[in-house]
Amino acid sequence: MSDVEEVLKRIQGHKGVIGTIVINQDGIPIRTTLDNSTTVQYAGLLCSLTQKARSTVRDLDPSNDLTFLRIRSKKNEIMCAPCSEYLLVVIQAAEVQ
Amino acid sequence: MEIVYVYTKKRAEFGRQCNFSDRPAELHVDIIPDPTQAENFIERNPVDIGLQCVQEMSEHEVNTERFETGSRGINHTEGGWPKDVNPHELEQVTRFRKKVEKDEVYIQTIQNLGVVMEHCIKQNNAIDIYEEYFEDAQVDEVDETPSAKTINVFRDPSEIKRTATHISWFPDGPRKLAVAYCNLDFQGASTDTSMDSYIWDVENPNKPEITLKPVSPLVCLEYNPKDSHILLGGCYNGQIAYWDTRKGSQPVEMTPIEQSHRDPAYKTIWIQSKTGTECFSASTDGQVLWWDIRKLGEPTETLYLDKKQDFSKAQGAYSLEYEPTMPTKFMVGTEQGVIMSCNRKAKTPLEKIVANFTGHIGPVYSLQRNPHFPKNFLSVGDWCARIWSEDIRESSIMWTKQYSSYLTDGCWSPIRPSVFFVTKMDGTMDVWDIIFKQNDPTLSLQVCDVPLHSLRVQEHGRLVACGSKDGTTTLLELSEGLYTLQRNEKNLVTAMFERETRREKILDARHREMKLKERTKSQPEEDAKAHDEEDAPPEEDLYAKAENEFWDIIKTEKKKMPDPTQDIEKSDTGKDGALSRLMGQSGFFGSDPNEDDMSAGPSTAASPIPEGAPESEKKD
Repeated sequence: MSDVEEVLKRIQGHKGVIGTIVINQDGIPIRTTLDNSTTVQYAGLLCSLTQKARSTVRDLDPSNDLTFLRIRSKKNEIMCAPCSEYLLVVIQAAEVQ
Repeated sequence: MEIVYVYTKKRAEFGRQCNFSDRPAELHVDIIPDPTQAENFIERNPVDIGLQCVQEMSEHEVNTERFETGSRGINHTEGGWPKDVNPHELEQVTRFRKKVEKDEVYIQTIQNLGVVMEHCIKQNNAIDIYEEYFEDAQVDEVDETPSAKTINVFRDPSEIKRTATHISWFPDGPRKLAVAYCNLDFQGASTDTSMDSYIWDVENPNKPEITLKPVSPLVCLEYNPKDSHILLGGCYNGQIAYWDTRKGSQPVEMTPIEQSHRDPAYKTIWIQSKTGTECFSASTDGQVLWWDIRKLGEPTETLYLDKKQDFSKAQGAYSLEYEPTMPTKFMVGTEQGVIMSCNRKAKTPLEKIVANFTGHIGPVYSLQRNPHFPKNFLSVGDWCARIWSEDIRESSIMWTKQYSSYLTDGCWSPIRPSVFFVTKMDGTMDVWDIIFKQNDPTLSLQVCDVPLHSLRVQEHGRLVACGSKDGTTTLLELSEGLYTLQRNEKNLVTAMFERETRREKILDARHREMKLKERTKSQPEEDAKAHDEEDAPPEEDLYAKAENEFWDIIKTEKKKMPDPTQDIEKSDTGKDGALSRLMGQSGFFGSDPNEDDMSAGPSTAASPIPEGAPESEKKD
């Protein structure tokens, strides 16, 4: 249990990281470092996007699977690490100087 | 030869069944071959026979049903929780989360994912992923060829098609388009023609966003620049109405018929005011009326388009121009081709119409001041578009070539001072860039096959909407060069306008001098009378004067016969013919070889004089 805390803390401590969210397979945010409304929005949207991305990868090649999803945008980068049960989302700011 | 064989049957046997029986053959007629006939016979050789080796098919057409799309959205806020957990109960939520966090799989997963994630974060931090590589690099001006592409086409949804008479852009961003529809043919509208006008979403050509239902079809429609919910419309029966899109399709209020225009209200414009409720309208009945939409019962002010404010002699207004930076001034383009510059706040009625600009020989369909140089304005009428300077009343300072089809509308680009657009009866839209080319449009685009009727450019200058006779409104996107300010463009345009104004002034002074000389030579007694047009001479005198002038011109033209500069077409006003000669001889522009070529060559004599000069400037 404390191991998990430690991992998340370490991630949050990296330069430029704005927020960390853990989402379960139903789209429910389990842990978050952001406020509730933002978290819900991220959870809802990214959960469906990751599922869609995963099904795309699998449709192209059934023996393949999605391992990581990086979304680069003007303001930040959203990184999604999926596995069967949970989804780890990290938002990292663009202006890393 | 006639072969007749008569069958006989008794009346009593009619209708009875036939009774066939065998009998020996009989000979009724015997025709003996005639050898003389054989001599008339000509064998046809070769024989033409048409053959098709493919299977013949009949023509078929299938029209699939139009696919209509609509936009839908879902706002998904909170969900996915198990049934026994109420997401609004904080305690239940935390308990659920605690439970999950104790899960073995969860711990394992997060630890695994954490490693992957950390790797990526480190990657990102190691390299600046958002580094701007070419920050200081100057973007070279690309010489792209001007172009425009159609983005959307909005068709009049009613069965009987009407003309898209007027377009107005939504004032806050290029999202909506208000289009007025009206059949402008005299008594051309049947009783079952729809009277509605529409507001379109630029993204959705399938269905209008809002329908406006006036009592008489709208000729013009204008968004209020201060309040984008309010629209002002001028009806075909002369009434002015306004809509509030929050209050539905029916007009909020209309002007009473007896106080309104007696002809279609061709143009309405909002006035820059504190309340944003004042507006004015013009019509071919010769009236300009001012209104306040808070009380539309009667006009706040009235102006008749005649020097002496005589309503019976007023000229019909077709176009209006109003520049918010000059709140008391406005301009009117009339059916007779005159452009009147008016002052609303004049003290005496005589001062209300400040100046008349004559030049067009047909109705002035459009009038607009250059957004960057309000002293110069564009007018569109008959077969050409003209650019005027307020200082020169005698003639325009620049004009386009004479088109073969009528022009219908025109306007300046809001961004580039040298670019303007015109629409024509042959369905094309022309883009002129007076810095780039003066004798031809930079871009000529066939928008549709029916005449175009109206044109409006969006504030940012990128989008142009054209309305056509059959009610289709085409939305065009211009290429980047046509809506980005070029380097040094403003200075060049200033210089060009100034130079053309100066040239016109010199020619004008010279012309006046010549006229005076001729007058004093031929008819000194009439001079005083004809010189001042204000106290109009009796009609017979005018005829006599015109006739004399005509013969004078013919005489002088005949004398100059070997000179190739003369141009009969130009001499119809008596002025231009003299001018072209003047320029050939007196050498005002002797220093500029181009200018001389323009006026000397017989083929180019009819083309606008200013064209040559700017080109020489461009070479510098």
